[in-house]
Amino acid sequence: MTAIERKFRNTGKLLSTSLLAAGMLAMPQAAFADGYKIGVVEQQLANPFFGKLQAAAVQRAKELGLSTMTAESTVAGDAASQVNGIENMINQGVKGIVLDPGSASALVPIVKKARAAGIIVVTTNTSLEPPTAADASYETDNFAAGVLIGQWAKAKIGANPRVTLIDYDLSDKTSKARHDGFLKGFGLSETSKEIAGTALTQANVDGGQQAMENLIAAHPDINVAYTINEPAAQGAALATKRAGKKVVFTSIDGSCSGVRSVVDGTIGATVMQFPSNMGRLAVDAIDKAVKTGEKPTGVNNSGTVLITDQPVAGIESKDSKWGLANCWGE
Amino acid sequence: MISSPKSGPDLSGGGDAPRAESWRQAVTNAVAQPVTGPLLALVVIMAVFSLTTTTFLNVGNLSLIFQQSVVIGTLALGQTLVILVAGIDLACAAIMVLATVVIGSVAMQGNVALAFGLGALACLAVAALNGIAVTRFRLPPFIATLGMLTIVTAGARLYTNSRSYPISSDWLMLMGSGPSYGLITFSYGSMLWIALTLALSYALTQTAWGTHVYAVGNSPGAARLNGIYVNRVIFSVYTLAGLFYFLAAWQALGRTPIADPSGYQAANLDSITAVVIGGSSLFGGRGGVAGTFIGTLIVTVLKNGLTQAGIDSLYQQIGTGILVILAVGWDQYFRSGRQS
Repeated sequence: MTAIERKFRNTGKLLSTSLLAAGMLAMPQAAFADGYKIGVVEQQLANPFFGKLQAAAVQRAKELGLSTMTAESTVAGDAASQVNGIENMINQGVKGIVLDPGSASALVPIVKKARAAGIIVVTTNTSLEPPTAADASYETDNFAAGVLIGQWAKAKIGANPRVTLIDYDLSDKTSKARHDGFLKGFGLSETSKEIAGTALTQANVDGGQQAMENLIAAHPDINVAYTINEPAAQGAALATKRAGKKVVFTSIDGSCSGVRSVVDGTIGATVMQFPSNMGRLAVDAIDKAVKTGEKPTGVNNSGTVLITDQPVAGIESKDSKWGLANCWGE
Repeated sequence: MISSPKSGPDLSGGGDAPRAESWRQAVTNAVAQPVTGPLLALVVIMAVFSLTTTTFLNVGNLSLIFQQSVVIGTLALGQTLVILVAGIDLACAAIMVLATVVIGSVAMQGNVALAFGLGALACLAVAALNGIAVTRFRLPPFIATLGMLTIVTAGARLYTNSRSYPISSDWLMLMGSGPSYGLITFSYGSMLWIALTLALSYALTQTAWGTHVYAVGNSPGAARLNGIYVNRVIFSVYTLAGLFYFLAAWQALGRTPIADPSGYQAANLDSITAVVIGGSSLFGGRGGVAGTFIGTLIVTVLKNGLTQAGIDSLYQQIGTGILVILAVGWDQYFRSGRQS
């Protein structure tokens, strides 16, 4: 306890000194705000999605003539490293922080502290709980993404749909939003009789495969599937292929591997999300706030595009060629 | 085994007393066998699914359950060895996944034999490191392998840059193929699983090394006093487990021909669940691979049957948890009953 208090006190002291120093230094330069520093806090960079997001934010900052400092969590959900990173950034006198929160709640106190120190905090990819804990957020509207593939699947399959949903932990915000969006787009509820069965996976290839093997054994008439992400779709498609069944797969992410699965017909349609948009939009918002005083607000959609080579009337989509040119990761 | 069924439960006839006594003894012995509990559980679970779903009990699905068991089953064989010497390996599936991505990435360059060899080397090396940590540095196995789990998982992601590698070599996919008759497929992977179970069962029950493994698990101190090189046995167990993880990697590539660094996250604990449900004691020295074989089938049957019955996946996990506790409780009950 005391150690933590001491740490905070020290941070506070450092903070006030550095703010004072920054204020004195900044005074003669106040006419032009260029060249200030921002922080970019990401989740574990082993995930190419986060890597792409961070690279885009740093690149955009460079274009605007800003310097950056970065920090990352080491594993999924590791908020502690992010808290340390933000503390360092506050000490360094950054004017804005782009944050991809590893936890919706654990980062709220440190973000509050940063904002109290006059720092603009913009979240990317996912927001805090409540979202207003940060100034603004730029993220994929996962519900809207789910609606898109739901609508597409309904139009594609026509009469007599037999639906399965291959999920990831539904207490996860993203997972739940995608799931609910798909049902909405397809015009289903949790209890609709068109749903043959559902399964929970780790959102990876082998999980998708095993889930679909079991589902198709029980319900050989399944003809359309929602999947939480593209690896799960690829695994599930392996199962239906081996069982000699034809199932229309839908997914969300827009990784390059996923788009290639759209090219070869394994996945019927996927929704691309845009990590680089998130990073760029977040930095632009911070820059605007610093230069004009106009702070960003709200949860803003960083873009969702339906990628399919089988377009249906009334639903806007791009083909897989466009998808390959705009995808992220390997 | 249970003697002639003719000596049945009619125990009132006084003249039959000795035979009845031996019958009762036989039943008691059979019940006390560590394999009996898991086997009974498997039969009950399968009966329930057969009655509650129309799709569970058909040869196609039973064949599928077998295919789905192979990877966890082979991992669990290695895990059994480790648990028999009172250890635990939390990293077994992570080590296997490391091998799959090493194989996948090297095979992409075209040299399948080299890929295969490097995959084996990776498994054996990491498993041997576990062995060294536990023996030379005397780290508790839980901590040593927990650390290894984190290192190997992150290492595999760094190594691959989180991408996955499609597998195209027939040799690497061999374990997924095999003769099939109608709906039933006898994959080479499942044949290998059965062969490994038999071989390990032989090694554990019929060789001096096997006796040493049980002795070390029962009491390292007593084993040492009997002239057994305890650390050498423990090291051999961890390293040999690595060989099983490598073979599991080969089977995994046959089943899912994509080497995915984020694959098989649940398999670390599933393998432990299989061993425990199979009746091996986490305190070491008791249990064996026959129980693990059945335990693996139980883990898979539960997932398969509950999904088919349309039960929410979270209830599936609760079901598996209850079963672990029941299995250990059953075993404990009969073991203590016999001892007292």
